Amino acid sequence: MADSFSINDEMSGRRKFLVAATSVAGGIAGAAIATPFLLSMMPSERAKAAGAPVEVDISKLEPGMLLMVEWRGKVVWVLNRTPEMLESLVKVEDQLADPNSDKKQQPDYAKNRTRSVKPEFLVVEGVCTHLGCSPVFRKDVAPADLGPDWLGGFFCPCHGSKFDLAGRVYKHVPAPTNLVVPPHVYLSDSRLLIGSESEGAA
Amino acid sequence: MSNLFNSMIAWIDKRFPLTSNWKAHLSEYYAPKNFNFWYFFGSLALLVLVNQLLTGIFLTMNYKPDASQAFASVEYIMRDVDYGWLIRYMHSTGASMFFVVVYLHMFRGMMYGSYRKPRELLWLIGMVIFFVLMSLAFTGYILPWGQMSYWGAQVIVSMFGAIPSIGEILQQWLLGDFTLSDAALNRFFAYHVVTLPLVLLVLVFVHILALHETGSNNPDGIEIKENKNPATGIPVDGIPFHPYYTVKDIVGVVVFLIVFCGIIFFAPEMGGYFLEYNNFIPANTLQTPDHIAPVWYFTPYYSMLRAVTVNFLGVDAKLWGVILMAGSVVIFCFLPWLDRSPVKSIRYKGPYFKVALALFVVSFFVLGWLGTKSPTPLYTLLAQIFTVIYFAFFILMPWYSKIDKTKPEPKRLKE
Repeated sequence: MADSFSINDEMSGRRKFLVAATSVAGGIAGAAIATPFLLSMMPSERAKAAGAPVEVDISKLEPGMLLMVEWRGKVVWVLNRTPEMLESLVKVEDQLADPNSDKKQQPDYAKNRTRSVKPEFLVVEGVCTHLGCSPVFRKDVAPADLGPDWLGGFFCPCHGSKFDLAGRVYKHVPAPTNLVVPPHVYLSDSRLLIGSESEGAA
Repeated sequence: MSNLFNSMIAWIDKRFPLTSNWKAHLSEYYAPKNFNFWYFFGSLALLVLVNQLLTGIFLTMNYKPDASQAFASVEYIMRDVDYGWLIRYMHSTGASMFFVVVYLHMFRGMMYGSYRKPRELLWLIGMVIFFVLMSLAFTGYILPWGQMSYWGAQVIVSMFGAIPSIGEILQQWLLGDFTLSDAALNRFFAYHVVTLPLVLLVLVFVHILALHETGSNNPDGIEIKENKNPATGIPVDGIPFHPYYTVKDIVGVVVFLIVFCGIIFFAPEMGGYFLEYNNFIPANTLQTPDHIAPVWYFTPYYSMLRAVTVNFLGVDAKLWGVILMAGSVVIFCFLPWLDRSPVKSIRYKGPYFKVALALFVVSFFVLGWLGTKSPTPLYTLLAQIFTVIYFAFFILMPWYSKIDKTKPEPKRLKE
């Protein structure tokens, strides 16, 4: 009765071999036919081609102001930091998880205290390294909700992660790393190219 | 006339097992005679399933799964399609009510030990149904492509990015793009209207088959099949499901529909808990709303996701959050083996279990409430405390259920 379901002890060696071989061959065929379907779900050629660099005019960006730019469907912030903002970067350093930007979240030319090419201009992806929300720019000092030690920075409304004005993550928040600095290059004093490190790509 | 009917049935029975199945699953399926109101929620879940399938089909007739048109097409359904508002509110309210009845259905199982032997597999199939239901809710919530759709999806998909080494490529595979975009909306639509409903239907069928194999548990947690009438072979404490429980369930259905219609007609947004205010704003990829929270039925798990803020055991806080969130749902699967009590039902269990279950319910509600709030240091601390209580209910169960002072189970069901 149940013979058709179970591998019977009395089954001959030849039959056992044939059952195993057929199962393996069927399994391989199944995996082979699954492959094109699974691969069809990867980013398409059109999606891959959509990552062109964007050029930004920063001449009108006043000190203390934040500019939002869309690059590859993500938001990139350009922040013109005031001297007070730059001073705050030193003061908060003992509260940060990775103050020296040791984890590779930035190109080498942005591995410094200000995490930037030009000290005043911060160029950083506005995407929380926790779960992808876009943090809020909170330049107000010591607001009621963020406490008296807050000297300005970015606060993620989703899960409460905090970053300083160089996009460096605070200790004891859900986000594990500093915000990502995208590749960028200054074409002139007023023209910034995001998404490329060479002027030729513009 | 009845002769014609009978001969028609006989004609079918020769070709399809109609009468025998009717008997096996309805008119001669013997259920314990002592079901109370907690036993409404299984059949109510079936009712909501039918509601979701029917209203969903009519919504697809006007909805457009395209990032540039989705939001407008939902508003079109609401404003320009005749009775479109009703069909959509039936669907959106049905989603929340699905979770209400399923949570109550699961709680019933926890109270009366319905997950215990011989119903372990029945419980596991139910858990898989719960996972599919959560996936359906998640993919469905993305479709209107409002601010909460977009940022909720962003958070959930980013969780896969927390998996070491394969995270990033897995995320791209899920999204079909490097960011959350039209490609993801289009495929989540496919999951929501084709893949997941098919899987759900099959699982519900299998769940009922498994139930009818073991027979229903009951508030006393004793097996009616152990006490059969020797002459008929029918459990002495069993009554046929039809007509007794079909008629009883109709009462449950009427009460449920009164509540359901009340919500649809008077509070379809339920104060922002069923339909969130921020989702009436089209998705803006550049800005997260100041306050984001999932729909109410996901908030307990969401609280746990953000409760971990320190790295420990060499795993960073982000991955811990994801592990806890997934663990908080998966851990239900282990209940059949965590419970070591000699009795099944809460009626005969001792004070330890009762206190533990009460604390678990409190922590579920507190975590759910915290998940709707913006994180502050106090709220994060509370979330951490109640996350520990939530998990302690399960992890300590083998210990407290064993040493608990239980009462003896009766031989027969109480009247």
